[in-house]
Amino acid sequence: MTSAPNSTDRTGRLRRLWALVRKEALQIVRDPSSILIAFVLPFILVFLFGYGVSLDTTRTRIGLVVEETTPSAQDLAASFRASRYFDVIDGHDRREFEEALVLGRVRGIVVIPSTFAADLAGRRPAAIQVLVDGAEPNTANFVQNYARGVVATWAAVRASESASAPVGVAVEQRFWFNPELASRFFLVPGAIAIVMTLVGTLLTSLVIAREWERGTMEALMATPVSAAELLIGKILPYFVLALGAMTLCVGLAVFLFGVPFRGSLVALYALSAAFLMPALGQGLLISAATKNQFLASQLALMSGFLPAFLLSGFLFEINSMPGPIQWLTMIVPARYLIPSLQTVFLAGDIWSMFLPAIAVMAGMGFVLFVLAARNTAKRIA
Amino acid sequence: MWWTRLKALIVKELLALLRDPKARLILVGPPLVQLLVFSYAATLDVTNIDLVVLDRDAGAASRELVQRLEGAPDFRSVVPVAGEAALAAAIDRQEAIAAISIGPTFSRDIAAGVPAKVQVILDGRRSNASQIVAGYISRIVQGLGAEIAVSGGRAPPPVDVVARNWFNPNLIYQWFMVPNLVASIALLIGLIVTALSIARERELGTFDQLMVSPLRTHEILIGKVIPPMLVGSVHLTLYVLAAVLVFGIPLRGSLGLLYGSALFYLLSVAGLGLFISALAATQQQAILGAFLLLVPATLLSGFATPIENMPEWLQPVTIVNPLRYFLIIVRGVFLKDLPVAEIAAQTLPLALIAAATLTAAAWLFRRRLE
Amino acid sequence: MAEPVVRIENVTLDFGQGAPALRNVSGLVEGGITGLVGPDGAGKTTLIRLMTGLLLPDEGRLSVLGFDTRSEAAAVQAAIGYMPQRFGLYEDLSVAENLDLYADLRGLPPAERAEVFERLLSFTDLKRFTGRLAGRLSGGMKQKLGLACALLTKPRLLLLDEPSVGVDPVSRRDLWAMVKELAGEGIGVLWSTAYLDEAEACDRVLLLNAGELLFSGPPGDLTQQVDGRVFRLTGVGQGRRAVLAEVLGGRGIVDGVIQGETIRLVVAGGAEEKDAAITEARSRAGEGAEVRPTPPRFEDAFIDMLGGGPGGRSQLAEASPMRAAGGDEAVIEARGLTKRFGDFTAADDISFSIPRGQIFGLLGPNGAGKSTTFKMLCGLLKPTSGEGRVAGFDLRRKSAEARNQLGYMAQKFSLYGDLSVDQNLAFFAGAYGLGGARRHERTALMKEVFALSPHAGMSAKDLPLGLKQRLALACAVMHDPAALFLDEPTSGVDPVTRREFWTHINGLVEKGVTVLVTTHFMDEAEYCDRIALIYRGRAIALGSPDELRASVASPERPDPTMEDAFIALIERSRLAEAA
Repeated sequence: MTSAPNSTDRTGRLRRLWALVRKEALQIVRDPSSILIAFVLPFILVFLFGYGVSLDTTRTRIGLVVEETTPSAQDLAASFRASRYFDVIDGHDRREFEEALVLGRVRGIVVIPSTFAADLAGRRPAAIQVLVDGAEPNTANFVQNYARGVVATWAAVRASESASAPVGVAVEQRFWFNPELASRFFLVPGAIAIVMTLVGTLLTSLVIAREWERGTMEALMATPVSAAELLIGKILPYFVLALGAMTLCVGLAVFLFGVPFRGSLVALYALSAAFLMPALGQGLLISAATKNQFLASQLALMSGFLPAFLLSGFLFEINSMPGPIQWLTMIVPARYLIPSLQTVFLAGDIWSMFLPAIAVMAGMGFVLFVLAARNTAKRIA
Repeated sequence: MWWTRLKALIVKELLALLRDPKARLILVGPPLVQLLVFSYAATLDVTNIDLVVLDRDAGAASRELVQRLEGAPDFRSVVPVAGEAALAAAIDRQEAIAAISIGPTFSRDIAAGVPAKVQVILDGRRSNASQIVAGYISRIVQGLGAEIAVSGGRAPPPVDVVARNWFNPNLIYQWFMVPNLVASIALLIGLIVTALSIARERELGTFDQLMVSPLRTHEILIGKVIPPMLVGSVHLTLYVLAAVLVFGIPLRGSLGLLYGSALFYLLSVAGLGLFISALAATQQQAILGAFLLLVPATLLSGFATPIENMPEWLQPVTIVNPLRYFLIIVRGVFLKDLPVAEIAAQTLPLALIAAATLTAAAWLFRRRLE
Repeated sequence: MAEPVVRIENVTLDFGQGAPALRNVSGLVEGGITGLVGPDGAGKTTLIRLMTGLLLPDEGRLSVLGFDTRSEAAAVQAAIGYMPQRFGLYEDLSVAENLDLYADLRGLPPAERAEVFERLLSFTDLKRFTGRLAGRLSGGMKQKLGLACALLTKPRLLLLDEPSVGVDPVSRRDLWAMVKELAGEGIGVLWSTAYLDEAEACDRVLLLNAGELLFSGPPGDLTQQVDGRVFRLTGVGQGRRAVLAEVLGGRGIVDGVIQGETIRLVVAGGAEEKDAAITEARSRAGEGAEVRPTPPRFEDAFIDMLGGGPGGRSQLAEASPMRAAGGDEAVIEARGLTKRFGDFTAADDISFSIPRGQIFGLLGPNGAGKSTTFKMLCGLLKPTSGEGRVAGFDLRRKSAEARNQLGYMAQKFSLYGDLSVDQNLAFFAGAYGLGGARRHERTALMKEVFALSPHAGMSAKDLPLGLKQRLALACAVMHDPAALFLDEPTSGVDPVTRREFWTHINGLVEKGVTVLVTTHFMDEAEYCDRIALIYRGRAIALGSPDELRASVASPERPDPTMEDAFIALIERSRLAEAA
């Protein structure tokens, strides 16, 4: 009698799938490194983005050189000392600070020149000099802008004290969604994308490459398991693991760091799930193409982790990048996830924004899965 | 005798790294592509800004304002919208990072010499970029206001702020980013290559073969450390060339000092890698372990954000991070001609880190024989 | 007659690397146990993979249990059990979890599970270890677990790719008994092996060589071909290694191996040729040698079929200097070596010493402590107490000096696979401090002796197993060591390559090199001057092969084999412990 090949039988298929998933889960639980990457790294990342890495310039140390002792110069100097953006060190000669500027001990030097009061009195435009450390352009910009702000405020107050009332145009700024301008509010969602990339792409590509290296793949292939079952059996556990890591991040962000969560969980999980499709697909494809852990890790690093970090709009504005690089970001899945995640946290559910993002990510995932499945035909190369 | 042994080991390690064409490609190609792509991509400048304007005034002054915004180089598009709802939608969907709302009395107020007001709405989800945009807009609006005031003869002359940027007069972001990438890509590759070196031999069974040879523990460690350092030096050289020739970044300091300190940097990176390798039982653990170190090391280095912006209690953590010191050195040598004493002061911690990690790796290594 | 289990029709497969892996092979696998034998690289694994449908032939077709492997691969895979060479056990899963996984994958209904597990676990004697991680099992136990996983659903055809590599004789006997029982239940079994005593016990054998099928039929038919051409040379005693080398140089000698104090010879076909060969052999063997006919074994016929053994000359030994026989000091010495891991004693007070120019064998079941002892003696493991000395150097205090005097060959191939042959040689020359002219001279010699020059630029991992073996030996003896440590050096290697290997070892020993070897091949144990049998961490027997055999001789079994002795001594120790 011929035993019917049961690979088409539905319960058989489910049981095989379940067995593969359970096996993978046991392996995840037993290898400390997968736990580290899925649960310890999220802690570290959310923590670092919550506390450590901040794009908000708090207090920058500057040198202040007042070359004359007139009341108006002293008054302006006092404004600088009172500013909450500056940590002022006083000096009498700019040369005192030049070395400190080279060594990065101060980020700028503000010079109130000896002609200051005379210029003011003569109703000539008076000039304040600001020398900044251009080696760090971002800080340099902040120092310039804040110095301008201090001077403008001082001038306005002075003008209001004089007879003529100030007239001009007032700018009223309103920062929607994040009035405190806390950078962690938008960095934490980015960290979540990084964590999911690591679990989805790096970890997945490593574990499959390991099966090839250790010869367990051949044993699996000689069983009635189909290629599709093999792939799904790999994807499912890491899908759940990645969502778990994501949930952990969100929990930490909201409860520990007080990041607001204004959208719905449905949107959060829908977006994350959509993002994991290309992330996992990429992991599968890499491991199918390399079958070697070293190469897989390098590829995952280069095509997954770094783009998610640098080309996703997480830290750096995509609009400000040169044209060709903007085009390149179109194929980085994280680019679609991060703005939507920031929205879920800070703005709420804006489905008109989410749906296209989900569609693009799902489409990418589909293409990658097809490619991976083609590379994982049940044959030994 | 010892030199013969060591040389054999070093040659072997280099071959193991470079003989496979795939591995060779991965070691040389992507780091260069990364340098090119990321140094253009990684910019905190804000340009190509998209703006929407709700102009309920449509008077002379508001038209003047819109024209000035359109004329500003950093703004890509200034799109008029019809009402509050359209404005909100544009911000919500991130079609624009900022919206300017001009009230119906704007031109009238200005003409009457009454304080006029412009409302700017910014997308706080990208708070860093939107702050910078806010700065741009304020300057344009205030410039307009000041001109009107001066022409009306009502205000005292402004106090000029003359800013001069040392080291990087035009604040070109790549001048900052390329040196950063030089240091951090060297960390990325050096760490993973060394972390894998012992773990891989252990998994493939060649490690015992090494241990029964007359190579002594310290020779094995030296033999494992030098090849990644050589690879790192080659990367460094390529990057320095690219920085000068492709990006036109001035190299103001001494190349000799840069290489001298790079030696200690690469040594400390290799030390960290070996330490991970000695701890890990499998390649997977080595790779993921390297990662677990890599991410915080990059974030807590001053790469993207200055260390002095971090909370005070966190700053001490960065003193064990080799990247922190080398970033200062690379940036300093390129742009500032950093004095020798300062370079030495930044190199000393690197030497200490290298000594500590290599000692720890050797200890772990020997303990494995128990 | 019923439809054969596997029908192979004109199968050709070419991987595009030199000669095709299989060339126009046609044959049948029928019920019972079919042995698949042949030298390394003959295409055995390829043929098995073709039967699983994991590989497809370039030309020809295979039908397995009536299913075509090309169009009905799924049906084939559902009906067979397959145990690849490196069996795919998940080392971080326990025994029970591995069984569960494969039970699910093979669709074993849950209702039957308890009963099947029970049967397989008692069958494999793994019941005590169900909770243990597979990675922590000994080699033999892993192999048994692999078999159990392949047997979960009763397959109609069981494909076993070298299931007994690295398995000790006791476990091997168990494994064989298990498979025999299955064949009795009507399961077709294909067993590929490098152990020809196993092939001899099969119902039929397929003999592959260089991708071609040379023989197909009952093993007895092949053995018959050397009937009357197999002899034993006795009275050669201490000089047997030199005698063997001498005799193998004679005309008409097809094969020769050492069996304890005697030498086994196979001579060429024709009647006159035979007599001439015997006469010459006797004269070469010298005074006191006697030649007696002995019944042929399958192995004799196998070597004959492949055109004879590799001859007795070792160019390597000829190029090695004679080591001055300086004093009686032992070259390798173990003094009360003990190793404890926690409260488990892996090796307990093991002492022996090996004088210059002798081969010493460490035998024992998997996990008995012979690897631990071996590792302590070559400096890979620090003993808890006791000491090991090599060439007079204490391994603990003078480890680098001691290591300079030893050559080491690991059980699994452990050279640098990504490096070429030349680069591996250069590395090991350097690692042992050979420089300048000496290094040039030694690497050139190694390449010549082991015929590695044509493959000098190939990556070591791409070499066929036999060449890997040669390269590994070349790297181990490159620096002309006083002591050679061989850890299961010929595990999974075919008899022809094994003979070549031992020719070199014998030659080196004649020049005064001292050898410590661990092995599971009992015919390799025969090469040893003395043997220590390690069981449960202790040395339970120490003596020459003949002494060990004699110690278990009984009226029912007057002439026990080495394997009989191994099993009986362990049994005796087990009983003594129980008492």
